Parts: sequence; C-alpha cells; structure tokens
Amino acid sequence: MEILKIDNVSLIYQTDEAETHALNDVNLSIEDGEFVAIIGPSGCGKTTILTLISGLMKPTSGAIYLDGKVIDKPVGDIGYMLQRDHLFPWRTILSNALLGPELQKKKTPETVAYVNELIEKYGLGEFKKAYPRQLSGGMRQRAALIRTLAYRPKILLLDEPFSALDYQTRLAVCDDVHRIIKSEKKTAVLVTHDISEAISLADRIVVLSARPATVKKIYEPGIEGTPLKRREDKSFSRWFDTIYKDIST
Amino acid sequence: MKKILTLREQYLLDKRKNKIKIIAIQLAVLILFFGLWELLAQTGAIDPFFTSSPSRMLKTLKTLAGQDLFKHIGTTLLECICGFIIATVAGTVIAILLWWSSTLRKVTEPYIVVLNSLPKIALGPVIIIWMGAGYGAIITMTVLICIIVTIMSVLAGFMECDEDKILLMRAMGANKFQILFKLLLPSSIPNLISVLKINVGLSWVGVIMGEYLVSSAGLGYLIIYGGQVFKLDLVMASTLILCLLAALMYFSVALVEKHVKKSR
Repeated sequence: MEILKIDNVSLIYQTDEAETHALNDVNLSIEDGEFVAIIGPSGCGKTTILTLISGLMKPTSGAIYLDGKVIDKPVGDIGYMLQRDHLFPWRTILSNALLGPELQKKKTPETVAYVNELIEKYGLGEFKKAYPRQLSGGMRQRAALIRTLAYRPKILLLDEPFSALDYQTRLAVCDDVHRIIKSEKKTAVLVTHDISEAISLADRIVVLSARPATVKKIYEPGIEGTPLKRREDKSFSRWFDTIYKDIST
Repeated sequence: MKKILTLREQYLLDKRKNKIKIIAIQLAVLILFFGLWELLAQTGAIDPFFTSSPSRMLKTLKTLAGQDLFKHIGTTLLECICGFIIATVAGTVIAILLWWSSTLRKVTEPYIVVLNSLPKIALGPVIIIWMGAGYGAIITMTVLICIIVTIMSVLAGFMECDEDKILLMRAMGANKFQILFKLLLPSSIPNLISVLKINVGLSWVGVIMGEYLVSSAGLGYLIIYGGQVFKLDLVMASTLILCLLAALMYFSVALVEKHVKKSR
C-alpha cells in the first residue's frame, strides 16, 4: 500500500542573494513499511525534500500526499530525527520521550505505558529517570528515536542521524535504528551522503541529480539482514561502485 | 591502592587549605583597611571631619539606630526590590512579545537601542513631574534603568535557541505557545539568572539615583543630606550599609542560581 506520494514537486526559494531552483519535478512513491534512502551530491536539496514532507515548507508546484491527503502544514504525523539528538537537557529520558504525546495532548495512561514499554524494550529501562548528559552518544540517539516513535508518526524522516557519531558507535547505532524501525514496522525516509550507510539500511535507494535535483535512478539492492550483515554481502561493493558513479557524474 | 587514596586525601587537604588561606587574606585586607583608616584618623594624619573614621561611623549608626535608621533601610530596600521585580517581570514579558512578533521586533529595534544608550537620569525631571516626588518616581527610575537591559538580554537568549530544536517541535505539531513554554523558557533559565544578577546591581543604581533626585527617606536621602550638612560620618555609615545590603541581595540571587543548577 502506498503511504507517501511525492507528485511532480518543484521548489524555488528566495534569499536576499539569489533565487535558488532546488527541486525540479521530483516524483517518488513510498510503500507502507518501506525503508527508503535518498542520496545525492552535497547541496542538492536532500534535506529540502524532508522539510517538504514534514509540511514545514510548501512546494512551489506539485504536491505531497500522506495517506492520500495533501500535506500543507505540520500536523504531527511525521517523526523527525536529526544529526544531533536534541534531547532537552532539563528533562529526564522518560519525560523527553513523552514530549510528542504531551504536545499533541495525547498523554493518556495508554500512551505512557506504550512509551515505557518502548524504553524497556530498547534497553534504556535503567536510564528512564536519568538526564541526557548521563548517556553515551549512541544511547542518546536511541532515546531520540524512541521520542520520535512515542507519538506514533505515520512516517519517520531521518536526516543524517548518524553523522555526528564516531565510526564504532555509528555502526552500532545504525544496527539499532534499523532493528527498531523494522520491528515497529515503520516507514522511514533516510537522507544521507554516505553511500554504504544507504546500502546497509535501505530497501530502496533513490539517487538525486545535482541542483536542481530530480530523481536520477532508483535501485533495489535486494540485500537482506541487519546493516552489519549487509556490509559483508558479496554484492555490497558492486552496489557501492554503481551508486558512486551515479553521484559523481 | 592505599597510595592513591593518600594522594587523593592530600589533594583534598591542599584544596581546603588553599580555600582557608584565601578567606583569611580576604578578611585580613578588610581588617587592615578599617584598622589603618581608624589609626590614621586617631593620630591626626587624616582629618576625620573630611574622611570620617570607623569609630565615628559606629557612633553615628548607634545614634541613628535609636532614631529612624530602620525606616530608612526599609524604604530603600522596598523601593529596590519593587523596582527589581517589576523590571525583571515586565522586561521578560516584553521580550516574549518581541520574540512572538517579528514585525514588532523590527519596528522597535532602533527605539530600544536609543533608549538603551540614553542616560536614564536625564528623564529625572519628567519622572518627578509625572509620578510625583515620592516612591513612585524612585521605583520608576529603577525600572527604567533595569528594563531595557532585561529586554535585550532575554530576547537575545530566545533568539539564540537552536533552530533544529524548534524545527523538531514544529514537526511534532507544537504551536507557538508550546514552543515558548516547553522549549524557550526552560532553555533560557541560565540566561534569566544572569539577567537577575545584572539587575541586582542596576536596581541599586536606580534607587540611589532616584533618592538623590527626590526623597524624604532612604539611604540615598541620608547620603545626600549628610553631604549637604557636611556630616561625613553619616555619608560613610550609610554607604557602608548600602554595601552590605547590595551584597546580601547578590548572594540571595547566587543562592537561587545554585539551587536551580542543582535541580537541572
């Protein structure tokens, strides 16, 4: 079932210096439960696509549909995960995780139980009452993901969520996030400039062209398993080469 | 293992010794200052008619305490605390309004900058005519001196807030009220405390300036009156009390800060 449809979306934005043609006729359809990675040359407008999906910005032409409805303002159906975890330092992990339901006035006993369950399930049970500064970078990013899941968004947007972590942690957190998203059966759109990250996480990889960005190629590597397993797959380096050539030409 | 422990103990001991040393020197400086002052005045090296002396100040205070010293202290303290609270609260509210509306912020920006550089004492005569020669005028003067700095620092704190955190909250469906109360205000608490610290100093400036202009009571009044009738003992004694009160207020804010830091 199709959950997200990006239909002929173009975006031109204005700054004092210039007019920028960021996106040109982008078309993409994403299925429920799918993990899609968007990759492209730096500055091509990858992040812009996420901003449009979240409803914080409107496309100049075209439209984006979530569950068949046009997105034109943020309604709280979207979970955002950024490079830094942005946990609030004055709130405990539990209270950080409950931020979404609190903002949407859905902090029912049922939701609280659900969030508690998520925290327990994903290994942060003993840190419920702890403050973010007491956690390691990897655990903080996991807590940020739980905060995002807490209000049951229809789709998760991941904007280079691993790039602030050191390499060891990055691989571990990558595995974590993939496992959690798959076991919660969430749809996810990942934006990254890291080709191996895209191959190891996504079911489908969308390669964008340079600005104004348009969809250049879509690949389905068809490698199964956890991100770490996928990195060991025979076809991994072949896919890497293919995508690398697409981006650099 | 034992050696590490003793090293640690040595470190802690040295640290404590050092702390005691600093406090001892601080006290010594204070005693030396007043001792020297008294000595020079007693021996006639300086003329206590112009410089007063600790013993004469003490005598003045004793006499005053039997009369209306506490009325004067109370008056000044009340004016100062009123001005401090009004300026801090009103300044924060105005900063919130300016954050809320970018049009209002842009329109008022040059006016705020000009008001900030204007010496508020220049408004003295106007304040007296409008507010009358009494508490009102003095509190108004205090508020005027503190409020502009409060608005500017609190607003600067709001504007420094991480854009990504705001983006995250908006994506969760937060409205502007929620962004204000759940993100901006809590993240501004350290900034608000430093504003409080600045305002402690400024509100004393405002009160004493106000009392110089108009007053029939208060420590500023005592100082001005003492100066006019050439009673330097009164001037110095009142200044000393002022020092103590200002220190007291500063330490109360520092206490609040310590408490807040602990709970975060």
